[in-house]
Amino acid sequence: VIVEVLIKSLFILLVVVAALAPVITWIERKQSAVMQDRIGANRADISGITVLGLLHPLADVIKLLSKEDVVPMGANRVMHLIAPLVAAAPAVIAYAVIPYGGVYTFGSHTISLVAANPDWGLLYIFAIGSIATYGTVMAGWSSNNNWSLLGGLRASAQMISYEVTMGLSVVGLFMVFQTLKLQDMCLAQDTTFRVFGFLQHLLGVSVPQWLDWVRLPAWGIFYQPLAFLMFLTTIMAENKRPPFDLPEGESELIAGYFIEYSGMRFGLFFMSEFIEVVVIAGLIATLFLGGWSIPYLSTQTIVGAIAPVFNEGFANGLAMILHFATFMLKVVVMIWVQMLLRWTLPRFRYDQVMDLCWKIILPLSIANIFVTGFVILLIRSTP
Amino acid sequence: VTVPVVLFYVFAVFAVLSALGMVLNARNTVAAAMSLVVTMVALAVIYLLLEAYLVAAIQIMVYAGAIVVLFLFVVMLLNLRSDDFAPGRARLVRFAGALLGVFAVSEFVRRSGALPAAPPVPEGFGGYHAVGLALYTDYVLLVEMASLLLTAAIVGALILAKRKID
Repeated sequence: VIVEVLIKSLFILLVVVAALAPVITWIERKQSAVMQDRIGANRADISGITVLGLLHPLADVIKLLSKEDVVPMGANRVMHLIAPLVAAAPAVIAYAVIPYGGVYTFGSHTISLVAANPDWGLLYIFAIGSIATYGTVMAGWSSNNNWSLLGGLRASAQMISYEVTMGLSVVGLFMVFQTLKLQDMCLAQDTTFRVFGFLQHLLGVSVPQWLDWVRLPAWGIFYQPLAFLMFLTTIMAENKRPPFDLPEGESELIAGYFIEYSGMRFGLFFMSEFIEVVVIAGLIATLFLGGWSIPYLSTQTIVGAIAPVFNEGFANGLAMILHFATFMLKVVVMIWVQMLLRWTLPRFRYDQVMDLCWKIILPLSIANIFVTGFVILLIRSTP
Repeated sequence: VTVPVVLFYVFAVFAVLSALGMVLNARNTVAAAMSLVVTMVALAVIYLLLEAYLVAAIQIMVYAGAIVVLFLFVVMLLNLRSDDFAPGRARLVRFAGALLGVFAVSEFVRRSGALPAAPPVPEGFGGYHAVGLALYTDYVLLVEMASLLLTAAIVGALILAKRKID
């Protein structure tokens, strides 16, 4: 069991952290260039070969590693040195509970493609996310710089506010799926539901037979569209990227909380933001877009169709590969959406950020919980 | 010696050392708050070892993730210097600390010796389902009283803050 967990963890680290995160820096540059009608990064080359600018992440790392690591005068040395690590670690370990494939049987052996599937899976993500505040706050305070202190203050107020609404916005989802385990949520989404079924349940109208064929994948986004929008907003605010990058606010704080950082320690703050982009994409794919499930094609259908022709193990292996590819596709789409938002929207004003959190999303999320509860109660009470 | 026992001792030492770090760092308030975070997280791991999963998650989310962040926010906002603390207070705190220490050591001596084996826990113990069920059936009155208290506190804080702004 321990070997299995180690293999899965290593796989996540290699695929997501080592491979995907540097590529995102390239995607960010290229996508912003396309959106702003520029060419974008294309100069880094190895003996003339540029590979569409894909060598830029490599050049970045070499540059950052070879730079001097400055600790400013009067700074709290220990805290200044460990703050980037405290910021990066939560982003990496949050992956542990995100499933990247379903449950497959190979003979007597069953494999669930998730490193850990604890009973309180989503709470783990929230707990890790709440710890992530400290890296920013420590960096802001320990640098002995007024601008970085203000950046740290803004970050702590913003992140603590959005943590509350982030948790509340997905409570409706727990009520629909009746679980906090992320793998179980994916399994529950690996099916379809009748779009007009609610007419029968809520209004008592008898639905014609042919309307039963109008079906949607049983994804969180179709059950809880409002929660999807609220969760996307709050989790992007948690990541402190534009339009929520008040803690960095170049126009007033120069660079905010990491103003005094140089070299790879500065790079770590940057990397942790990009790693979090992947976490957010994976989490939204898991909660709202069915995770690894393929719409209209459940695992049973795939295995049922392939197994008689070849054998059970081959069918499961094929499903595993297809599901992993589907999950990665959804992750890439959600990364693209985040980049799109990041390069489209201008930065909020600070009072707008707080108003959005406490005066708009908080009441809406509580209303969402009540409405969801009411509907679930009605559906349960009708036969 | 099993793995949970080793983990318990490792994190118990962590908890005690960081708690000491918090008390001894009282003049550097931010360092003290950071030590408090380490204590909270170490305690959460001990809750995990006791199979109290929900309590562990809430310990990190609420105490380590929210309350201490608010402490830090206030400390940073006030930007306290070490000489802002009255020396008279420190003596009182030291006296109280010594008293607590004597109590803790005497309790430790009194209770030391082989502890009885823990009884097996029921299925789903410490999960959100079991805790939620207990909170909203057997203890619903206490939950409602606590929420009333919190609402009163929020309203009180608002009134006090409002008066200062006006």
